[in-house]
Amino acid sequence: MIRKMYDWLDQRLDITPIWRDVADHEVPEHVNPAHHFSAFIYCFGGLTFFVIVIQFLSGMFLSLYYVPDIKHAHASVEYLQNEIAFGSIVRGMHHWGASVAIVMLFLHTLRVFFTGAYKHPREFNWVVGMLLFFVVLGLGFTGYLLPWDNKAYFATKVGIEIAASVPFVGEHIATFLQGGDMVGATTLTRFFALHVFFLPGALLALLGAHFILIRRQGISGPL
Amino acid sequence: MEKKQDGNEKKVHYVGDSRVRRDGKKLQPKDYSEFPGKTDPFFPNYLLKEWMVAAVFLVGFMALVLTQAPPLGDLADPTNTDFLPVPDWYFLFLYQLLKFEWAAGKFVVIGTLVIPGIVFTALLLAPWLDRSPERRPTRRPIASGLMILALIAITALTWTAQDEYKKNLAERGGGQEGGEDVELVAEDDPGYEIYKANQTCLSCHGEQLQGGAAGPSLLGVGGRLSAEEIENVINNGRGAMPAGAFQGTEEEKQKLIEWLAKQK
Repeated sequence: MIRKMYDWLDQRLDITPIWRDVADHEVPEHVNPAHHFSAFIYCFGGLTFFVIVIQFLSGMFLSLYYVPDIKHAHASVEYLQNEIAFGSIVRGMHHWGASVAIVMLFLHTLRVFFTGAYKHPREFNWVVGMLLFFVVLGLGFTGYLLPWDNKAYFATKVGIEIAASVPFVGEHIATFLQGGDMVGATTLTRFFALHVFFLPGALLALLGAHFILIRRQGISGPL
Repeated sequence: MEKKQDGNEKKVHYVGDSRVRRDGKKLQPKDYSEFPGKTDPFFPNYLLKEWMVAAVFLVGFMALVLTQAPPLGDLADPTNTDFLPVPDWYFLFLYQLLKFEWAAGKFVVIGTLVIPGIVFTALLLAPWLDRSPERRPTRRPIASGLMILALIAITALTWTAQDEYKKNLAERGGGQEGGEDVELVAEDDPGYEIYKANQTCLSCHGEQLQGGAAGPSLLGVGGRLSAEEIENVINNGRGAMPAGAFQGTEEEKQKLIEWLAKQK
Protein backbone atom coordinates (compact mmCIF):
# COMPACT_ATOMS: atom_id res chain seq x y z
CA MET A 1 0.00 0.00 0.00
CA ILE A 2 2.69 2.47 1.05
CA ARG A 3 4.90 1.13 -1.73
CA LYS A 4 2.10 1.79 -4.21
CA MET A 5 1.54 5.31 -2.92
CA TYR A 6 5.26 5.97 -3.15
CA ASP A 7 5.40 4.63 -6.70
CA TRP A 8 2.38 6.71 -7.70
CA LEU A 9 4.13 9.84 -6.45
CA ASP A 10 7.50 8.82 -7.84
CA GLN A 11 6.08 8.26 -11.34
CA ARG A 12 4.84 11.81 -11.38
CA LEU A 13 7.44 13.69 -9.34
CA ASP A 14 10.60 11.58 -9.52
CA ILE A 15 11.16 11.88 -5.77
CA THR A 16 13.64 9.02 -5.50
CA PRO A 17 16.71 11.17 -6.28
CA ILE A 18 15.65 13.71 -3.65
CA TRP A 19 15.09 11.01 -1.06
CA ARG A 20 18.38 9.32 -2.00
CA ASP A 21 20.20 12.61 -1.62
CA VAL A 22 18.79 13.17 1.86
CA ALA A 23 19.02 9.64 3.18
CA ASP A 24 21.55 7.61 1.29
CA HIS A 25 24.92 9.24 1.77
CA GLU A 26 27.73 7.56 3.64
CA VAL A 27 28.76 8.92 7.05
CA PRO A 28 32.48 8.47 7.75
CA GLU A 29 33.81 6.56 10.72
CA HIS A 30 35.46 9.46 12.55
CA VAL A 31 32.12 11.14 13.39
CA ASN A 32 30.27 7.95 14.33
CA PRO A 33 29.84 7.49 18.09
CA ALA A 34 29.23 3.77 17.53
CA HIS A 35 32.84 3.40 16.35
CA HIS A 36 34.59 5.92 18.57
CA PHE A 37 32.95 6.99 21.79
CA SER A 38 34.72 10.36 21.69
CA ALA A 39 32.88 11.09 18.43
CA PHE A 40 29.86 12.12 20.51
CA ILE A 41 31.23 15.66 20.21
CA TYR A 42 30.10 15.49 16.58
CA CYS A 43 26.51 14.97 17.82
CA PHE A 44 26.25 18.43 19.43
CA GLY A 45 24.97 19.99 16.22
CA GLY A 46 22.29 17.32 15.80
CA LEU A 47 21.33 17.68 19.46
CA THR A 48 21.03 21.46 19.06
CA PHE A 49 18.61 20.84 16.20
CA PHE A 50 16.75 18.33 18.40
CA VAL A 51 16.33 20.95 21.16
CA ILE A 52 15.19 23.51 18.58
CA VAL A 53 12.52 21.03 17.41
CA ILE A 54 11.46 20.67 21.07
CA GLN A 55 11.30 24.48 21.31
CA PHE A 56 9.12 24.72 18.20
CA LEU A 57 6.71 22.03 19.40
CA SER A 58 6.43 23.19 23.02
CA GLY A 59 6.14 26.80 21.84
CA MET A 60 3.28 25.90 19.52
CA PHE A 61 1.41 24.32 22.42
CA LEU A 62 2.13 27.28 24.71
CA SER A 63 0.67 29.62 22.11
CA LEU A 64 -2.68 27.82 22.47
CA TYR A 65 -3.12 29.57 25.82
CA TYR A 66 -0.70 32.47 25.96
CA VAL A 67 -2.19 35.96 25.52
CA PRO A 68 0.31 38.65 24.48
CA ASP A 69 -1.06 41.69 26.28
CA ILE A 70 0.05 43.22 29.55
CA LYS A 71 -3.25 42.63 31.30
CA HIS A 72 -3.46 38.93 30.55
CA ALA A 73 0.07 37.73 29.76
CA HIS A 74 1.04 36.92 33.34
CA ALA A 75 -2.35 35.45 34.21
CA SER A 76 -2.38 33.28 31.08
CA VAL A 77 1.07 31.89 31.88
CA GLU A 78 -0.01 31.22 35.45
CA TYR A 79 -3.14 29.51 34.17
CA LEU A 80 -1.42 27.31 31.60
CA GLN A 81 1.23 26.34 34.13
CA ASN A 82 -1.06 25.54 37.05
CA GLU A 83 -4.45 24.62 35.62
CA ILE A 84 -3.83 22.92 32.27
CA ALA A 85 -2.94 19.22 32.16
CA PHE A 86 0.81 18.87 31.55
CA GLY A 87 1.00 22.67 31.35
CA SER A 88 3.93 22.92 33.74
CA ILE A 89 5.76 20.21 31.78
CA VAL A 90 5.24 21.94 28.43
CA ARG A 91 6.27 25.30 29.85
CA GLY A 92 9.17 23.60 31.66
CA MET A 93 10.37 22.10 28.37
CA HIS A 94 10.22 25.52 26.70
CA HIS A 95 11.82 27.34 29.65
CA TRP A 96 14.68 24.89 30.27
CA GLY A 97 14.95 24.07 26.57
CA ALA A 98 15.92 27.70 25.94
CA SER A 99 18.93 27.37 28.24
CA VAL A 100 19.82 23.91 26.97
CA ALA A 101 19.65 25.14 23.35
CA ILE A 102 22.18 27.86 24.17
CA VAL A 103 24.45 25.35 25.91
CA MET A 104 24.32 22.85 23.05
CA LEU A 105 24.80 25.59 20.48
CA PHE A 106 27.82 26.81 22.41
CA LEU A 107 29.30 23.30 22.57
CA HIS A 108 28.67 22.77 18.86
CA THR A 109 30.40 26.06 18.04
CA LEU A 110 33.38 25.11 20.20
CA ARG A 111 33.60 21.68 18.54
CA VAL A 112 33.62 23.26 15.09
CA PHE A 113 36.18 25.82 16.24
CA PHE A 114 38.63 23.45 17.90
CA THR A 115 38.49 20.86 15.12
CA GLY A 116 39.11 23.61 12.56
CA ALA A 117 36.05 22.49 10.61
CA TYR A 118 35.24 26.08 9.62
CA LYS A 119 38.26 26.36 7.37
CA HIS A 120 38.43 26.59 3.59
CA PRO A 121 36.16 25.71 1.79
CA ARG A 122 33.52 25.78 4.56
CA GLU A 123 33.88 29.45 5.55
CA PHE A 124 30.38 30.38 4.54
CA ASN A 125 28.74 27.71 6.65
CA TRP A 126 30.54 29.09 9.71
CA VAL A 127 29.12 32.54 8.97
CA VAL A 128 25.61 31.07 8.65
CA GLY A 129 26.21 29.28 11.96
CA MET A 130 27.22 32.52 13.71
CA LEU A 131 24.07 34.21 12.37
CA LEU A 132 22.09 31.28 13.77
CA PHE A 133 23.76 31.90 17.13
CA PHE A 134 22.62 35.54 17.09
CA VAL A 135 19.08 34.56 16.13
CA VAL A 136 18.91 32.07 19.00
CA LEU A 137 20.22 34.70 21.45
CA GLY A 138 17.53 37.05 20.09
CA LEU A 139 14.90 34.39 20.71
CA GLY A 140 16.20 34.06 24.27
CA PHE A 141 16.06 37.81 24.85
CA THR A 142 12.57 38.30 23.41
CA GLY A 143 11.15 35.16 25.04
CA TYR A 144 12.35 36.22 28.49
CA LEU A 145 9.90 39.15 28.54
CA LEU A 146 6.78 37.21 27.58
CA PRO A 147 5.70 35.91 31.05
CA TRP A 148 5.56 39.60 32.07
CA ASP A 149 6.75 39.08 35.63
CA ASN A 150 9.05 41.45 37.52
CA LYS A 151 12.18 39.57 36.50
CA ALA A 152 11.20 39.75 32.83
CA TYR A 153 10.17 43.38 32.95
CA PHE A 154 13.26 44.72 34.69
CA ALA A 155 15.73 42.56 32.76
CA THR A 156 14.26 43.81 29.49
CA LYS A 157 14.34 47.38 30.74
CA VAL A 158 18.03 47.08 31.58
CA GLY A 159 18.75 45.31 28.30
CA ILE A 160 17.10 48.08 26.31
CA GLU A 161 18.90 50.75 28.36
CA ILE A 162 22.19 49.07 27.45
CA ALA A 163 21.21 49.06 23.77
CA ALA A 164 20.23 52.73 24.04
CA SER A 165 23.70 53.71 25.27
CA VAL A 166 25.21 52.81 21.88
CA PRO A 167 26.15 56.10 20.16
CA PHE A 168 24.11 57.42 17.21
CA VAL A 169 21.85 54.42 16.59
CA GLY A 170 21.20 53.48 20.24
CA GLU A 171 18.11 55.63 20.62
CA HIS A 172 16.63 54.21 17.42
CA ILE A 173 17.28 50.63 18.51
CA ALA A 174 15.59 51.35 21.83
CA THR A 175 12.57 52.93 20.15
CA PHE A 176 12.33 50.03 17.73
CA LEU A 177 12.47 47.42 20.51
CA GLN A 178 10.10 49.26 22.83
CA GLY A 179 7.68 50.31 20.13
CA GLY A 180 7.65 53.70 21.87
CA ASP A 181 9.62 55.48 24.54
CA MET A 182 9.13 53.04 27.43
CA VAL A 183 8.83 49.32 28.13
CA GLY A 184 5.09 48.74 28.07
CA ALA A 185 2.14 47.31 26.19
CA THR A 186 3.65 47.84 22.74
CA THR A 187 6.94 46.28 23.82
CA LEU A 188 5.20 43.08 24.81
CA THR A 189 3.28 42.66 21.54
CA ARG A 190 6.43 43.55 19.63
CA PHE A 191 8.57 41.02 21.49
CA PHE A 192 5.82 38.44 20.99
CA ALA A 193 5.78 39.05 17.23
CA LEU A 194 9.58 38.91 17.06
CA HIS A 195 9.65 35.78 19.19
CA VAL A 196 7.01 33.74 17.34
CA PHE A 197 7.10 35.06 13.75
CA PHE A 198 10.17 37.04 12.71
CA LEU A 199 12.97 35.23 14.51
CA PRO A 200 11.65 31.65 13.99
CA GLY A 201 11.27 32.51 10.29
CA ALA A 202 14.88 33.65 10.16
CA LEU A 203 15.88 30.60 12.19
CA LEU A 204 14.22 28.19 9.73
CA ALA A 205 15.72 29.91 6.70
CA LEU A 206 19.21 29.88 8.20
CA LEU A 207 18.85 26.27 9.37
CA GLY A 208 17.85 25.28 5.84
CA ALA A 209 20.94 27.04 4.48
CA HIS A 210 23.12 25.41 7.17
CA PHE A 211 21.89 21.91 6.23
CA ILE A 212 22.04 22.43 2.46
CA LEU A 213 25.60 23.70 2.79
CA ILE A 214 26.73 20.75 4.87
CA ARG A 215 25.17 18.35 2.35
CA ARG A 216 26.80 20.13 -0.60
CA GLN A 217 30.20 20.41 1.00
CA GLY A 218 30.30 17.26 3.08
CA ILE A 219 31.66 17.17 6.61
CA SER A 220 35.37 17.81 7.09
CA GLY A 221 37.71 14.84 7.27
CA PRO A 222 39.36 13.37 10.36
CA LEU A 223 41.97 15.50 12.12
CA MET B 1 31.63 14.53 -10.15
CA GLU B 2 31.13 14.21 -13.91
CA LYS B 3 33.95 13.04 -16.14
CA LYS B 4 35.81 15.26 -18.52
CA GLN B 5 34.46 14.41 -21.95
CA ASP B 6 37.29 15.43 -24.20
CA GLY B 7 40.47 17.37 -23.70
CA ASN B 8 38.43 20.56 -23.35
CA GLU B 9 38.69 22.38 -20.00
CA LYS B 10 35.09 23.59 -20.25
CA LYS B 11 32.60 21.07 -18.97
CA VAL B 12 28.88 20.86 -19.03
CA HIS B 13 27.21 20.34 -15.70
CA TYR B 14 23.65 19.09 -15.83
CA VAL B 15 21.22 20.37 -13.22
CA GLY B 16 17.81 18.87 -13.95
CA ASP B 17 17.36 19.59 -17.65
CA SER B 18 19.36 22.81 -17.66
CA ARG B 19 22.93 22.89 -18.87
CA VAL B 20 25.27 24.98 -16.80
CA ARG B 21 28.68 25.88 -18.17
CA ARG B 22 31.42 24.93 -15.83
CA ASP B 23 34.51 27.11 -15.86
CA GLY B 24 37.27 27.02 -13.34
CA LYS B 25 37.83 24.75 -10.40
CA LYS B 26 34.96 23.87 -8.03
CA LEU B 27 35.69 22.87 -4.45
CA GLN B 28 33.61 19.73 -4.30
CA PRO B 29 33.98 17.52 -1.26
CA LYS B 30 35.94 14.36 -1.61
CA ASP B 31 34.01 11.18 -2.07
CA TYR B 32 33.17 9.32 1.11
CA SER B 33 34.89 6.25 -0.28
CA GLU B 34 38.09 8.24 0.15
CA PHE B 35 37.64 8.44 3.91
CA PRO B 36 39.48 5.68 5.73
CA GLY B 37 37.64 3.13 7.86
CA LYS B 38 34.05 2.05 8.18
CA THR B 39 31.37 4.30 6.80
CA ASP B 40 27.66 3.96 7.54
CA PRO B 41 24.71 4.97 5.40
CA PHE B 42 23.09 8.07 6.89
CA PHE B 43 19.62 6.54 6.88
CA PRO B 44 18.78 4.54 8.83
CA ASN B 45 22.05 3.19 10.29
CA TYR B 46 23.79 6.39 11.33
CA LEU B 47 20.59 8.20 12.28
CA LEU B 48 19.66 5.33 14.65
CA LYS B 49 23.03 5.62 16.37
CA GLU B 50 22.69 9.35 16.67
CA TRP B 51 19.21 8.81 18.06
CA MET B 52 20.78 6.66 20.81
CA VAL B 53 22.78 9.70 21.88
CA ALA B 54 19.65 11.85 21.59
CA ALA B 55 17.68 9.39 23.76
CA VAL B 56 20.25 9.63 26.56
CA PHE B 57 20.14 13.40 26.18
CA LEU B 58 16.33 13.41 26.26
CA VAL B 59 16.24 11.40 29.51
CA GLY B 60 18.53 13.95 31.15
CA PHE B 61 16.52 16.84 29.77
CA MET B 62 13.15 15.46 30.90
CA ALA B 63 14.62 14.72 34.36
CA LEU B 64 15.48 18.43 34.58
CA VAL B 65 12.02 19.45 33.35
CA LEU B 66 10.14 17.13 35.69
CA THR B 67 12.09 18.04 38.82
CA GLN B 68 12.41 21.80 38.32
CA ALA B 69 9.17 23.71 37.83
CA PRO B 70 9.69 26.70 35.53
CA PRO B 71 9.83 29.85 37.67
CA LEU B 72 7.16 32.52 37.38
CA GLY B 73 7.48 35.68 39.45
CA ASP B 74 4.89 38.24 40.47
CA LEU B 75 3.11 40.30 37.85
CA ALA B 76 5.44 43.01 36.52
CA ASP B 77 5.12 46.19 38.54
CA PRO B 78 6.91 49.15 36.89
CA THR B 79 6.54 51.21 40.07
CA ASN B 80 8.59 48.69 42.06
CA THR B 81 11.80 50.62 42.72
CA ASP B 82 13.29 47.93 44.87
CA PHE B 83 13.70 45.15 42.35
CA LEU B 84 17.17 43.84 41.52
CA PRO B 85 17.16 43.35 37.75
CA VAL B 86 18.97 40.31 36.45
CA PRO B 87 19.14 39.06 32.84
CA ASP B 88 18.99 35.43 31.85
CA TRP B 89 22.25 33.64 32.74
CA TYR B 90 23.67 33.63 29.20
CA PHE B 91 23.67 37.44 29.05
CA LEU B 92 25.26 37.84 32.50
CA PHE B 93 28.83 38.16 31.18
CA LEU B 94 27.88 41.09 28.94
CA TYR B 95 26.05 42.69 31.85
CA GLN B 96 29.04 42.23 34.15
CA LEU B 97 31.42 43.74 31.60
CA LEU B 98 29.60 47.06 32.01
CA LYS B 99 30.45 47.15 35.70
CA PHE B 100 34.16 47.69 35.11
CA GLU B 101 35.13 51.31 35.62
CA TRP B 102 36.87 51.46 32.26
CA ALA B 103 33.71 50.21 30.55
CA ALA B 104 31.08 52.25 32.37
CA GLY B 105 29.99 55.84 32.78
CA LYS B 106 31.53 57.92 30.01
CA PHE B 107 33.46 54.91 28.73
CA VAL B 108 30.30 52.82 28.40
CA VAL B 109 30.86 52.65 24.64
CA ILE B 110 33.85 50.40 25.32
CA GLY B 111 31.61 47.94 27.15
CA THR B 112 28.58 48.08 24.88
CA LEU B 113 30.16 48.48 21.47
CA VAL B 114 33.94 48.22 21.25
CA ILE B 115 34.69 44.99 23.10
CA PRO B 116 31.61 42.96 22.03
CA GLY B 117 32.02 44.38 18.52
CA ILE B 118 35.63 43.27 18.22
CA VAL B 119 34.94 39.85 19.71
CA PHE B 120 31.87 39.09 17.60
CA THR B 121 33.42 40.42 14.39
CA ALA B 122 36.49 38.30 15.01
CA LEU B 123 34.27 35.25 15.56
CA LEU B 124 32.26 35.95 12.43
CA LEU B 125 35.42 36.37 10.36
CA ALA B 126 37.33 33.52 12.01
CA PRO B 127 37.74 31.50 8.76
CA TRP B 128 39.51 34.47 7.14
CA LEU B 129 41.60 35.37 10.19
CA ASP B 130 42.80 31.82 10.72
CA ARG B 131 43.71 30.83 7.17
CA SER B 132 46.33 28.14 7.58
CA PRO B 133 45.16 24.73 6.37
CA GLU B 134 46.23 23.27 9.74
CA ARG B 135 43.22 21.95 11.68
CA ARG B 136 44.57 20.45 14.90
CA PRO B 137 43.98 22.83 17.85
CA THR B 138 47.51 22.25 19.15
CA ARG B 139 49.04 23.27 15.82
CA ARG B 140 47.30 26.65 15.73
CA PRO B 141 48.13 28.02 19.17
CA ILE B 142 46.97 31.60 18.51
CA ALA B 143 43.41 30.67 17.53
CA SER B 144 43.06 28.04 20.28
CA GLY B 145 44.71 30.29 22.85
CA LEU B 146 42.42 33.23 22.10
CA MET B 147 39.35 31.02 22.28
CA ILE B 148 40.45 29.52 25.60
CA LEU B 149 41.12 33.02 26.96
CA ALA B 150 37.65 34.12 25.84
CA LEU B 151 36.12 31.07 27.53
CA ILE B 152 37.93 31.82 30.79
CA ALA B 153 36.82 35.47 30.62
CA ILE B 154 33.18 34.52 29.96
CA THR B 155 33.18 31.99 32.79
CA ALA B 156 34.80 34.41 35.24
CA LEU B 157 32.43 37.26 34.32
CA THR B 158 29.35 35.05 34.58
CA TRP B 159 30.55 33.71 37.91
CA THR B 160 31.23 37.18 39.34
CA ALA B 161 27.87 38.47 38.13
CA GLN B 162 26.01 35.57 39.73
CA ASP B 163 27.98 35.96 42.95
CA GLU B 164 27.36 39.72 43.15
CA TYR B 165 23.68 39.23 42.46
CA LYS B 166 23.39 36.73 45.31
CA LYS B 167 25.32 39.01 47.68
CA ASN B 168 23.14 42.00 46.78
CA LEU B 169 20.04 39.95 47.41
CA ALA B 170 21.36 38.78 50.77
CA GLU B 171 22.33 42.33 51.72
CA ARG B 172 18.73 43.43 51.46
CA GLY B 173 18.16 40.82 54.15
CA GLY B 174 16.91 38.31 51.64
CA GLY B 175 13.61 39.62 50.51
CA GLN B 176 11.89 37.28 48.15
CA GLU B 177 14.31 35.61 45.81
CA GLY B 178 14.01 37.55 42.59
CA GLY B 179 10.59 38.74 43.69
CA GLU B 180 9.19 35.29 43.06
CA ASP B 181 6.39 33.67 44.95
CA VAL B 182 7.99 31.57 47.66
CA GLU B 183 5.47 29.83 49.85
CA LEU B 184 5.73 28.85 53.46
CA VAL B 185 6.57 25.13 53.52
CA ALA B 186 6.31 22.40 56.20
CA GLU B 187 3.59 24.16 58.15
CA ASP B 188 2.98 21.15 60.42
CA ASP B 189 6.65 20.90 61.38
CA PRO B 190 7.32 21.32 65.14
CA GLY B 191 9.74 24.09 64.15
CA TYR B 192 6.80 26.26 63.06
CA GLU B 193 5.13 25.83 66.47
CA ILE B 194 8.37 26.89 68.17
CA TYR B 195 8.61 29.86 65.81
CA LYS B 196 5.06 30.97 66.56
CA ALA B 197 5.63 30.56 70.30
CA ASN B 198 8.57 32.97 70.19
CA GLN B 199 7.33 36.52 70.20
CA THR B 200 10.83 37.83 69.42
CA CYS B 201 10.89 36.01 66.09
CA LEU B 202 7.29 36.69 65.22
CA SER B 203 7.26 40.42 65.90
CA CYS B 204 9.89 41.17 63.23
CA HIS B 205 9.67 38.33 60.70
CA GLY B 206 5.89 37.98 60.72
CA GLU B 207 3.53 35.10 61.36
CA GLN B 208 3.95 33.69 57.82
CA LEU B 209 7.70 34.54 57.61
CA GLN B 210 6.61 37.37 55.34
CA GLY B 211 8.80 39.91 57.13
CA GLY B 212 7.86 43.41 58.21
CA ALA B 213 9.20 46.87 58.83
CA ALA B 214 11.75 45.67 61.38
CA GLY B 215 12.90 42.45 59.78
CA PRO B 216 13.23 40.88 56.32
CA SER B 217 11.11 38.04 55.01
CA LEU B 218 12.47 34.58 55.76
CA LEU B 219 10.55 32.88 52.97
CA GLY B 220 12.99 30.77 50.99
CA VAL B 221 15.72 31.39 53.56
CA GLY B 222 16.83 27.74 53.35
CA GLY B 223 17.73 28.32 49.70
CA ARG B 224 19.98 31.24 50.60
CA LEU B 225 21.63 30.10 53.83
CA SER B 226 22.81 26.73 55.11
CA ALA B 227 21.68 25.44 58.52
CA GLU B 228 25.01 26.53 60.05
CA GLU B 229 24.65 30.03 58.63
CA ILE B 230 21.10 30.27 59.99
CA GLU B 231 22.35 29.19 63.41
CA ASN B 232 25.09 31.78 63.22
CA VAL B 233 22.56 34.54 62.50
CA ILE B 234 20.30 33.40 65.35
CA ASN B 235 23.23 33.29 67.80
CA ASN B 236 25.13 36.39 66.75
CA GLY B 237 22.50 38.56 65.11
CA ARG B 238 22.85 40.42 61.86
CA GLY B 239 22.09 43.99 60.85
CA ALA B 240 19.32 45.22 63.15
CA MET B 241 18.85 41.79 64.70
CA PRO B 242 20.44 41.48 68.15
CA ALA B 243 22.54 38.50 69.22
CA GLY B 244 20.79 35.82 71.23
CA ALA B 245 17.31 36.84 70.10
CA PHE B 246 15.96 33.30 70.40
CA GLN B 247 14.54 32.69 73.87
CA GLY B 248 13.91 28.91 73.87
CA THR B 249 16.04 25.90 74.76
CA GLU B 250 18.92 24.60 72.68
CA GLU B 251 16.77 21.65 71.53
CA GLU B 252 14.01 23.96 70.36
CA LYS B 253 16.54 26.09 68.55
CA GLN B 254 17.81 23.09 66.57
CA LYS B 255 14.25 22.20 65.53
CA LEU B 256 13.64 25.78 64.49
CA ILE B 257 16.84 25.84 62.40
CA GLU B 258 15.89 22.53 60.78
CA TRP B 259 12.52 23.98 59.83
CA LEU B 260 13.98 27.24 58.52
CA ALA B 261 16.48 25.30 56.41
CA LYS B 262 13.50 23.60 54.74
CA GLN B 263 12.20 26.96 53.49
CA LYS B 264 13.37 26.85 49.90
